[in-house]
Amino acid sequence: MSIEDEFGGSYTVRGRDFIDADLVSSQIKKLLKDRGIPEDVVRKVAVVTFEAEVNIISYAEIGTINFHVDDRAVTIEAMDKGQGIPNVDLALVEGYSTADDTIRDMGFGAGMGLPNIKKFSDEFEITSIVGKGTTLKSVIRIPPE
Amino acid sequence: MRLKEIQAELGLALQCAGAGLDAEVTGGYVGDLLSDVMANSAKGQVWVTRQVHQNIVAVATLKELVAIIIVQGALPDQDTVAKAEKEGLTILTTSMPAFEVVGRIHRLLSAS
Repeated sequence: MSIEDEFGGSYTVRGRDFIDADLVSSQIKKLLKDRGIPEDVVRKVAVVTFEAEVNIISYAEIGTINFHVDDRAVTIEAMDKGQGIPNVDLALVEGYSTADDTIRDMGFGAGMGLPNIKKFSDEFEITSIVGKGTTLKSVIRIPPE
Repeated sequence: MRLKEIQAELGLALQCAGAGLDAEVTGGYVGDLLSDVMANSAKGQVWVTRQVHQNIVAVATLKELVAIIIVQGALPDQDTVAKAEKEGLTILTTSMPAFEVVGRIHRLLSAS
């Protein structure tokens, strides 16, 4: 890809709207596939964006997912206005969860969301303020051809 | 092995044909935690689960799974079938428990 091929998008995610929890992630996946981004990269982006989307739906009032693609990487940013995470280190431990029964009944809330995002990212950053919200950034590198 | 051979061998009921039953099945994954399936399933697999909510279609589509097999006599929600039809995903159901379904599919795939 050349630098002219840079593209991206921005999407709003509404909290507590569990219908079509892949609304944003499926659109981003389709855009990346259509642009010929390598399958392995698209798979990782799909996991990261889906988990980020489910987290916003589960824990925030409203949020935004942005993605940007250049010749080296796909960068995903997810920002929300919500309850925030009191202990980010703990939230990154697989199995730790604060999910309620509504979330768990649908097969979410297993404490794997953030660990999955970290696992499928090449670079990962998260900051959270209790009572304000959470911002995370994930970079997935595109291997040189 | 093709999906239709697995369907016939196990007597699975078709709830949504999706893209059809000619797809090649390379393996499978079993689980009810969506994040677990997101992380550990792979393209070309069938997914055995007891979940019936429409977000199973989201996971299966994002991961490019061949089909969802819902076990234990459960039936997919109406929204789930509608979404699967839209996405071209196959949904099959059975009264068998997951353990038996997985065991029989594993035996079929190992023999083929």
